[in-house]
Amino acid sequence: MHVGLFIPCYIDQFYPNAAIATLKLLQKLGVKVSYPIHQTCCGQPMANSGFEHLTTGCNDLFIKNFAEFDYIVSPSGSCVLHVKEHLHSQEEEEKAVNVRKKVYELTEFLTDVLKVDKLSARFPHKVGVHQSCHGQRGLKMSQMTELVAAPFSKPMQLLQMVQDLELVELSRPDECCGFGGTFCVAEEAISVKMGKDRVADHVNHGAQYITAADMSCLMHMEGILRRQNSQVKVLHIAEILNAEEV
Amino acid sequence: MNTGTKDHAGLADIFNEDEARVDWHDETLWFVRAKRDKAAHTLPEWEALRENASKIKDNVLSNLHDYLLQFEAKAQQNGITVHWAADAEEHNQIVHSILKAQGVSRIVKSKSMLTEECHLNEHLQKSGIEVIDTDLGERIVQLAEEPPSHIVLPCIHKKKEEIGELFHEHLGTPKGESDPQFLTAAARVHLREKFLTRKAAITGVNFAIAETGEFVVCTNEGNADMGAHLADVHIACMGIEKIIPKRKHLSVFLRLLARSATGQPITTYSSHFNKPRAGQEMHLILVDNGRTRQLGRADFRNSLKCIRCGACMNTCPVYRRSGGHSYHTAIAGPIGSILAPNLDMKEYADLPFASTLCGSCTNVCPVKINIHEQLYKWRQVIVKEGYADTKKALAMKAMDFTLSSPFLYKTAGKAGRWVIKNAPFMVNNKLNAWYKQRDMPEPPKQSFSEWYKKNNNE
Repeated sequence: MHVGLFIPCYIDQFYPNAAIATLKLLQKLGVKVSYPIHQTCCGQPMANSGFEHLTTGCNDLFIKNFAEFDYIVSPSGSCVLHVKEHLHSQEEEEKAVNVRKKVYELTEFLTDVLKVDKLSARFPHKVGVHQSCHGQRGLKMSQMTELVAAPFSKPMQLLQMVQDLELVELSRPDECCGFGGTFCVAEEAISVKMGKDRVADHVNHGAQYITAADMSCLMHMEGILRRQNSQVKVLHIAEILNAEEV
Repeated sequence: MNTGTKDHAGLADIFNEDEARVDWHDETLWFVRAKRDKAAHTLPEWEALRENASKIKDNVLSNLHDYLLQFEAKAQQNGITVHWAADAEEHNQIVHSILKAQGVSRIVKSKSMLTEECHLNEHLQKSGIEVIDTDLGERIVQLAEEPPSHIVLPCIHKKKEEIGELFHEHLGTPKGESDPQFLTAAARVHLREKFLTRKAAITGVNFAIAETGEFVVCTNEGNADMGAHLADVHIACMGIEKIIPKRKHLSVFLRLLARSATGQPITTYSSHFNKPRAGQEMHLILVDNGRTRQLGRADFRNSLKCIRCGACMNTCPVYRRSGGHSYHTAIAGPIGSILAPNLDMKEYADLPFASTLCGSCTNVCPVKINIHEQLYKWRQVIVKEGYADTKKALAMKAMDFTLSSPFLYKTAGKAGRWVIKNAPFMVNNKLNAWYKQRDMPEPPKQSFSEWYKKNNNE
């Protein structure tokens, strides 16, 4: 099995540790992983702003970088959802279809493909899980509170394998954080208010860390936490699943 | 309400000047969402019901022409006068002409979002006809000279103290009195006099049954019934998408409607109107007003399945924190944002962008409208039709240019982290909107790609 590591542009630039943890975790689980060095962005920021027609360059580049792998894995539910739903190619649609089928968000890849049932990680802290909407409602990584259906959560399932980690319960387990791509600046007031409310839910329930399968939500919440001089930190789920704290 | 030329973001800014009020608004609507969840969970077959309702509406939308004609014929047989209105203007004229023929200049009206959409009250008032809204929430916003901010809870943005103040001013209740029960009793007395003296009543329509020619009006206050039963003329106004094929389908929708809206098992009154009583005139106006245009848009036709429960508003994290008036249209919230661009794409170009695309609306929708996907699709249409602002369009082109080229991306990244200037959260920045209330991420010493090149340990 050869996995292509898809690292969203802002993780590459701002949160390399989340990417390094993803790579190391996959390697630790015995997977052969390569990172196509010429990758840039999946095109989601443009598409969600109504400019999907301008993403052909990004799409073609994505296909070129990733078509050959058995699986494509990324530490971002949002970017994976975008690829799954909107990656097309005028010349090579067959390849595009194939890419769309084999792209996975990290935690769903761990639970559904690798069928991981134990991890060697240890993280002795209180952790609040932020269910990022695109991963949750888009990729169905966990059950949604709106539906009358049996609960499950792929990220939680994995976090429960981490030694000494304590999950905190939230008042609103799957409310959006308000990042929303360009929404975060175009609708600044609402975006920040949503972020403040989300952060408060975690803080009020004693979380020391807020984690998620999407770094963009965490970046937004981190911006708010730091402005509040809070001691609470954000950490990508890959960094917790790969943690070897003693 | 005159909202000037401000868009959703601008109006939301104003709403957010009072954070404690935003918290109160959010909690109030979240409480309704929680009640909805509780009610839904009492029915193990909830998801199957939603699926059924959605399929019935699929059938309706594919056979709308036939059902409308069947409904018209049956309704006429029952003695109802049926009118057809192509748009809001024609609808308003029809109502006016019926009232004029009867010499009526004062009427009562129960809840009807269609008449809000058509701005009927303004039209009639200009012609010298007084309209009293009889739904309590609607009467409150009418006294405040505001439009409803929510389709089911029209005055949800008002605190009881503010309502007390309004009632003191208009209905003469004691100053400072804000006890809901007391105020409701005062409104009851006030409205009772209107019901008894008005000769014409307008109601909305929740469902119209093609098989029987009857229509069903759902309220909790019984105000539609009180108006219609006491008036000599009953005018019911409905959008053409309110048709359902058979009476047996009604139960599916009645079970979903109130549970989705307020968490009640069923509305207090679900009244069937079949025919006028002796001596009464009953009119029914079938209104298109852009609905057939929407039906012709493959990506958006499902929006016509809406039964106006308001669940998408209650669950929407944006709506809860921006208030209904920030949508500057009769139907606010997620559903309003996919309906409004069909009515006026330029005026409502901002609404499909007033969302994080979180998808909660789609999950609560009792008729399974893919609301958040339609928001995404409207964004594409609005940009292609040229209604996006030009600065944003230029930024997006620059972004594509850079992101399509690995070399440019890496070079730009190194030159002070390209992303910091051009990433999604920086595009179209109005003096750096990110930084106003949030710190910037701390740029690391090296990017992941730089690290990978040095530590390539495949």
